[in-house]
Amino acid sequence: MRAVARILLAAALALLPPVAKAQELARSFGPADAPRRIVLRSTTDLAVLGPVLETFLARRPGLRIDYEQWGSNALYRLTGEDCAAGRAGADLVISSAVHQMVALVNEGCASAYRSALTAALPDALSWRDELWGVTREPAVMVYNRALVSAAQVPRSRFDLLDLLRPQDSRYRGRVATYDIERSGLGFLFAFADSLEASTFGGLMESFGRSGAVATCCSAEIIDAVVRGDYLIAYNVLGSYALARARNDTRLGVVAPQDYTLVLSRAAMIPDSAAAPRAAAEALDFLLSQPGRQALEQAQLIVRLDSDEAAPIDLPEAEGTLQRPIVLSPALLIALDDHKRALFQQRWRDAFPLAGASARGP
Amino acid sequence: MAEPLVANAVPLRSLSLKSRVALAVGAVLLLGGIVVLLAALAYGRQAAREAYDRLLVGAASDIAASITIRDGAAVVDMPVSAFQLLALAPDDRIRYRVTGPDGGTLTGSDLAPLPPDPQDDGAAVFYDGRFGDEPARYVSLVRRFAERSFSGPVRVVVGQTLRARRDLARDIAQNAMAVLGAAGAAIGLFAWLATRSALRPLRRIGAALAQREPTDLTPLSLPMPSEIAPMLSALNLFMARLDRQVGSNRNLIGDAAHQLRTPVAAIRAQAQLAAGETDPERRARIVARIHDRTLGLSRLLDQMLSRAMIIHRTDTEPRSALDLRAIAVEVLEDSDPAVIAAEAVVRLDLPSAPVLVRGDALSLTEAGKNLLTNALRHGRAPIRLGVTGGDRPRLWVRDSGPGPDARTLEGLGTRFGNAAAGGSGLGLAIAREVAEGHEGRLLLEPFDDGFEAAIELRRIGAR
Repeated sequence: MRAVARILLAAALALLPPVAKAQELARSFGPADAPRRIVLRSTTDLAVLGPVLETFLARRPGLRIDYEQWGSNALYRLTGEDCAAGRAGADLVISSAVHQMVALVNEGCASAYRSALTAALPDALSWRDELWGVTREPAVMVYNRALVSAAQVPRSRFDLLDLLRPQDSRYRGRVATYDIERSGLGFLFAFADSLEASTFGGLMESFGRSGAVATCCSAEIIDAVVRGDYLIAYNVLGSYALARARNDTRLGVVAPQDYTLVLSRAAMIPDSAAAPRAAAEALDFLLSQPGRQALEQAQLIVRLDSDEAAPIDLPEAEGTLQRPIVLSPALLIALDDHKRALFQQRWRDAFPLAGASARGP
Repeated sequence: MAEPLVANAVPLRSLSLKSRVALAVGAVLLLGGIVVLLAALAYGRQAAREAYDRLLVGAASDIAASITIRDGAAVVDMPVSAFQLLALAPDDRIRYRVTGPDGGTLTGSDLAPLPPDPQDDGAAVFYDGRFGDEPARYVSLVRRFAERSFSGPVRVVVGQTLRARRDLARDIAQNAMAVLGAAGAAIGLFAWLATRSALRPLRRIGAALAQREPTDLTPLSLPMPSEIAPMLSALNLFMARLDRQVGSNRNLIGDAAHQLRTPVAAIRAQAQLAAGETDPERRARIVARIHDRTLGLSRLLDQMLSRAMIIHRTDTEPRSALDLRAIAVEVLEDSDPAVIAAEAVVRLDLPSAPVLVRGDALSLTEAGKNLLTNALRHGRAPIRLGVTGGDRPRLWVRDSGPGPDARTLEGLGTRFGNAAAGGSGLGLAIAREVAEGHEGRLLLEPFDDGFEAAIELRRIGAR
């Protein structure tokens, strides 16, 4: 039964669009001759997660981590194939595309692990003792401080709608967000928005009318805002935005006041992992106090509710409603073929030019 | 066996009453517990199944309702509510599948099994299936479309693993067991209290007996529950019998000391006299007197022993039904030598019908003989021996004399009451003991122009 299921899963995965490239980056941490090693595959930028891993390895001299950075769709596909084949691939998988992680766990690709630290997680951030949320990253709006006056900085989605409404608005064509067809994370945020609030319909319509731009990838979007190509970008991953804003005063960051989506990158230990115990140690570290501090240093845990932790530029942090993206089987709906097609259809209606490269400034 | 006496004194112990009650209650609780556990498990499983089946069918209905026809194709705008419903079983994996009229999967997972016995009437069909290596529960329902561009059944299958069901079933069973455990503890406590209180009277009897003087054989008088009262009265009867036997033994010894001392002293004095007598004629006379005395002594011994024996028999011999007329005949036959000695005629006066009593034949015969002997010795002819029936049958002896005078009569029937009159005085005492031992009485009274001595008994069956 299980073998059949895996073959079918492999067949289903084969239908996914082909992965353009394999891993984006790879690097090993820890001594080359360490007796134990784990393979960690993640969508997180190597530069961001690297210091966290080094902090961890400082306490585990005999351990080596082979880190591979993947795109989320490629990682989903690879992990699913490993699971279907019963092949030992990664020992720990951490992905920001949590709906894909939920799907993998739903198909029985994860092994269960329980410790005091996993048990201490809130229900929203763990599922079946097989999937755990390790980071806290808000979806934020970023803006160009030089080009957007303090009075006009949108504090909420309603403010953004107001800015886009006038026919002669200077924001027409200069607001950007992720292209959900090219970014798994963008899709997840947009989808979570559609479940979260009725404002989403109005926002889509407004984006469409004002010629907003759908384009790819956090770094590119932030760069364009800093350059002034776009004035405002919506639903940008807060961890990257804050890391940039720390060194670049041109960039302003706002956590929307009406509600702020908070993404927790999900970690799982694949069923076929070769070193599940060492992977569990790494997981426990990420959930422990020192691990959380390291993640905060890396901006992977952003505390919206604390003044002194001082996330650099969250002027309206107080009173902000946090909506964590809950790790639950309800996320499976984001992978439903029809639902996805319908959602993308709606998206394409709003962004007729999506898929083409960004409209010039 | 260092202390065999002590060991013998310890009563044999069988299982204590408390242990018996504890065993009985324990067995009831154990059996009841097993039955309740099985019932609770079955009920819990049933309840959990129904509860979560409703979630499944709710989710499937939501999905079916979200199917629309666009451009000639069925499109499922998967509702979040369906998944939120399923997520109420938070740790269970979910599979769903929507198939078109041709059986092809429109959306969802091909791995979700179709119902084993598909029905197209729209009713929800529940069935068990697998989900990878876990067991799972599925529901299937069908929505029919009949539109120009699209017609036929669209089937919705939704399934879920069983973790939440198992947890709920276990919770229900655990709660049931907790209630049962509490009830069991309460039942055990009350059973223990009830046993303790029920056994308290026995302890009181034991304590009362332990506190008594060794010679105290009087009846115990304690308030007792009706279940234990018969035991106490049996104990009292037993002690009364013991008391009589102890008394008769004491009497025998006392009698022997009292009665034998004088004749033995007389015999010894005469024997000394004889030893010092040189005249053969006078010595022969002394020897003859010694002989007479010895005869009297031996008769006395006979009577004392027979009295002791009779009293003993009265208490110990089992009673049998017997005809009082036969006793009378026996008395007359046994007494023949005495009758001849007194050269008197004894007339036997018996009814024609049997007179049945319950008693010990030997004791009654002995008592009758004593009455007859007394009449022969002290009474005046003609002497009659007879039996009358009725509710209080009598064995009587009548003579024609006036009977003893009032003073003698007062002492009659007690030990040595008429020792002065030449007899041992034991005869009537024996008769009285026998009569009382048979729950009857000894009657000594004037009769017509004579005197009657009678043992009055009870007819069989009379109270």
